[in-house]
Amino acid sequence: MMIETRGLTKHFKDVRAVQGIDLAVEPGELVALLGPNGAGKSTTLRMLTTLIEPTSGSAAVAGFDVVRQQREVRQRIGYIGQGNGAGHNQRGRDELVSQGRAYGMRTRDARVRAAELIDSLGLAEVADRTGSTLSGGQRRRLDIAMGLVHEPPLLFLDEPSTGLDPQNRTNLQEHILRLRAARDTTVVLTTHYLDEADSMAERVIVVDHGQVIADDSPARLKAKHVGDRITLGFASEADARTAAGRVPHRVEHTATTLLITVDGAPELLPGLLDDLRLHGVPPTSIEVTRPTLDDVFLELTGRSLREGA
Amino acid sequence: MTSAVTDIRTVFSRELRPTLRQPFTIIISMVQPLVFLGLFAPLLPDTGGSALQWFVPGIVVMSALFAASMTGSNLLMEAQTGSHERSLVTPLRRSALLIGRALKEVVPIFAQATLIIAVSVPFGFRFDPSGAVLGMLILGTFSVGLGALSYSLALASKNQDWLFWTVQQTVLFPLLLLAGMLLPIDGGPGWLRAAARFNPLTYVVDAERALFDGEVWAATTVTGALAAVAVCALGLTVGVRAMRRDA
Repeated sequence: MMIETRGLTKHFKDVRAVQGIDLAVEPGELVALLGPNGAGKSTTLRMLTTLIEPTSGSAAVAGFDVVRQQREVRQRIGYIGQGNGAGHNQRGRDELVSQGRAYGMRTRDARVRAAELIDSLGLAEVADRTGSTLSGGQRRRLDIAMGLVHEPPLLFLDEPSTGLDPQNRTNLQEHILRLRAARDTTVVLTTHYLDEADSMAERVIVVDHGQVIADDSPARLKAKHVGDRITLGFASEADARTAAGRVPHRVEHTATTLLITVDGAPELLPGLLDDLRLHGVPPTSIEVTRPTLDDVFLELTGRSLREGA
Repeated sequence: MTSAVTDIRTVFSRELRPTLRQPFTIIISMVQPLVFLGLFAPLLPDTGGSALQWFVPGIVVMSALFAASMTGSNLLMEAQTGSHERSLVTPLRRSALLIGRALKEVVPIFAQATLIIAVSVPFGFRFDPSGAVLGMLILGTFSVGLGALSYSLALASKNQDWLFWTVQQTVLFPLLLLAGMLLPIDGGPGWLRAAARFNPLTYVVDAERALFDGEVWAATTVTGALAAVAVCALGLTVGVRAMRRDA
């Protein structure tokens, strides 16, 4: 097990930020912690990365306890925080070498590794400039490089794409996915971008008020909590009523339209249309809406993630 | 896993690197000491060329005082941008994160002292080389301690950076004036002389003056060294504790 927590809890003065989280992450998984701001995602991540100690409960990361074996944990994880890992008055290449040294690499090896990362993250032109002169996207790529110097088996990213434009965000996601494909790195990231969690993670852990409220693949979360929506329009109310009787699914019937909630609408629709046509009530309009993770969150909490973000 | 010494070396060389890449940045914290040297020294009553002999060692200490007390601002910035947090997640020991930084202070301070002396010699300043070397050791020790205190202050001000500059400025000038750095304390009122005796910097300044003059085997050397070691020990203790508590 790469990460295993039991009743992980963190209370600040009067805020119960994380309230008893049980997590199990296997090697090689790509997990997204999704939730609104203040849900406890970052606090959870900060406990797992040894930055803060839990109030109660326990966590083993890469096989070591996050309180009693901090150095062992730190040696095995990479952490890309919300800020800039590389110092603003330092040159990128120097920072990468120092970072390698911090993990016990020899200077020569650290230099080689720094050059590799500079190359693979497209930083060649800016690696010998100080951090303060870099653009936001360049800095973020340098931060990623900093987190990868020691080739950690487990990588944490806290809101990796916040503040990036859509193009840089896509770039970043591609880098993470490529890294994972190449090294089978376990990746845990927090995000409040729904599309990011949806497109990248195989497993989404929805966190709200310091608790895990759902934990599954994006597809299963949607199927289980929301389902696809098919809206059919008909020529008359009578047609709609007849059609409603033929549909073996959850149906809401309003005047000339039917709203059907179902799993796997694209596979179901051709057969359904044939059946309705055969019985003389062909629909005059069809709309299929596939759920987003926001719909899942709305269904689970009664609130939209977008409002909180 | 790395050893404590390797950790300190890693931090030390990282912190020093920006200075080595751009050596002229050393001059930034020297502007005020150089202004005092240029515009204040000529105002001192000169009795037989002794004013410069008295004043230059004070300016050397002043420049160390400015540089070491400001050095925390760099950590403050890194705590706000995220690079300090990144270093807290590496296996580097918390103590090394502080000690490596504090030790690095010695390098710019020696460079500044050399520069000040080099500027003063053409105007008639004379110094004893072996005394000067010993003086630098005392000043270096003092600066490591003061630097460590400045880093502790930076960690305490992480979420309110006005605090850092307010405390730094508030402490700096009384410390400086009460050490007899610009004007002799001897002629001052009793309460001021009493206050100066509680200022460790007084002993450092006195030791530097005597040492630059060649009085190596003197009581001032011992008291100066003791004061510097005390500040160093205090600074490192407070600093390491602050760094360990930090998250």
